[in-house]
Amino acid sequence: MPNTTQLEDFVTQVRRDILRQVHKVNSGHPGGSLGCAEFFTALYQEIMDYSKDFDMDGKNEDLFFLSNGHISPVFYSVLARSGFFPVEELRTFRHIDSRLQGHPTTHEGLPGIRVASGSLGQGMSVALGAAQTKKLNGDKHLVYSLHGDGELQEGQNWEAIMYAAAHKVDNIISTVDLNGQQIDGSTNDVLALGNVKDKFLAFGWEVLEIEKGNNLTEVIKGLNEAKTKTGKGKPVCILLKTEMGNGVDFMMHTHAWHGKAPSDEQLEIGLKQNPETLGDY
Amino acid sequence: MMKKYIDTGKKDTRSGFGAGLTELGKTNENVVALCADLTGSLKMDDFKKNHPERFFQVGIAEANMIGMAAGMTIGGKIPFTGTFANFSTGRVYDQIRQSVAYSGKNVKICASHAGLTLGEDGATHQILEDIGLMKMLPGMTVINTCDYNQTKAATLAIAEHEGPVYLRFGRPKVANFTPEDQQFEIGKALQLTEGNDVTIVATGHLVWEAIQAAEQLEEKGISAEVINIHTIKPLDDKAILKSVEKTACIVTAEEHNFLGGLGESVARVLAENKPTPQEFVATKDTFGESGTPDQLMDKYGLNASAIVKASEKVIKRK
Repeated sequence: MPNTTQLEDFVTQVRRDILRQVHKVNSGHPGGSLGCAEFFTALYQEIMDYSKDFDMDGKNEDLFFLSNGHISPVFYSVLARSGFFPVEELRTFRHIDSRLQGHPTTHEGLPGIRVASGSLGQGMSVALGAAQTKKLNGDKHLVYSLHGDGELQEGQNWEAIMYAAAHKVDNIISTVDLNGQQIDGSTNDVLALGNVKDKFLAFGWEVLEIEKGNNLTEVIKGLNEAKTKTGKGKPVCILLKTEMGNGVDFMMHTHAWHGKAPSDEQLEIGLKQNPETLGDY
Repeated sequence: MMKKYIDTGKKDTRSGFGAGLTELGKTNENVVALCADLTGSLKMDDFKKNHPERFFQVGIAEANMIGMAAGMTIGGKIPFTGTFANFSTGRVYDQIRQSVAYSGKNVKICASHAGLTLGEDGATHQILEDIGLMKMLPGMTVINTCDYNQTKAATLAIAEHEGPVYLRFGRPKVANFTPEDQQFEIGKALQLTEGNDVTIVATGHLVWEAIQAAEQLEEKGISAEVINIHTIKPLDDKAILKSVEKTACIVTAEEHNFLGGLGESVARVLAENKPTPQEFVATKDTFGESGTPDQLMDKYGLNASAIVKASEKVIKRK
């Protein structure tokens, strides 16, 4: 298992990969991607039990579903650097004839992706289905999912949230990235989510909060704690408080970088703030 | 003399689905069923009773049902979702598009109460656009069965087919005339009668009406070739082209809007290969309304007499 320094290096390299992918094609979503670099690193480098020989059925391994598919740059970087496909392929992000589509998809056969996502609000249902199949198969492994906070405005989530508690789907850990931002502005301004914790609790979920969602140690600790809450008759939710654009100072504390690529100069600044660790592709 | 078909006793196609699902419960342990609060209407009670661990009641939440079905395929299950055709398609189009079709998931979307024959509930529930919605999705197989026996056979067949399928059937009791022991071959049209003057390509409840129409036409000295096209996608182009090669005109018949339905699929095949006069027995860009199934099929021109009229008209256009 990697030590903390190695994991921090991993996160830094992932940030570089995010910036470079989005810059090269002058499109994509760097803000939310940067905010979740620690979460993805924790999941794929520390928490999940999985095979790098990708198999769609994923029997006897932990599964992850990304519902807010627009943060594909962080997903692709972490998958590549976790051994699912060559790191060099990150060069093809959003280019023609690439397996790295703007939003993740199974269609081009990219290892590590189990469902298309991008049209928001669908990922929890898919994760629940996979979790139900694991139970039918007597497979004790867990299903993880990640959702944007703005995404909770989609009604399908609440169908899934209601189902999961009613049917005691207790082998799922769904994380909500609470960065408080969406395309048009802050979630409070666009459509206030109210008290997300109370909502999940009222629906019958176990809820954990990770206050420092960009602190790797805290994220790992929170995910490990969430694991101990599984198998007890309740679905588990993590409220992960992150900073959109984390690690690149000018991208933080604003929704402006939700879906915008940095210029050449901005890229240089961002990369300087995140020096190369594992080697650029 | 044209070949005769005998109604062995009226049955609903949805019960054929239920019977097929019951059989799959016994023969295929990977088959799971999901239902959105319409277990009785979809005839899924037996499966639920026999395999409670493989039956998932999702409540009135179709979007979640489709997403869950997509997820359940991961790990090898073959999910059959059940609700009315309206709630199986239009209500959940984007869920089917992204999580099922684009993701290439092995989900069987099984839809009852399709079309006008749903009856008295009226237009809110009578979808006439579902074939069009589903056939436009890349990789989606679209099947509309004609009677109880064929629906049962199709239910068994789609479990063996790898990939997303839309299986459309209906509510009312209709003639049951196809063989009980039939093998259902996806994408293979069935020629029911031989004829030289007009080809009648029908799907779903209109197949029996097409047979009745052919009998009436025979009395008028017109020989009609009736084709039961249970699979709208992939369409059996060859069967259609072979028939019109002989008859040089065609009538398509379906319980669906003429925009986006079987008729348009047939028209495309003909336009690309052999332009042929065609008449459409279908609803004409309209919603339905309350009424008995027979009243509605008569009012909207979806029965044997409408097919006879269309046939006579298209023959004159040759």
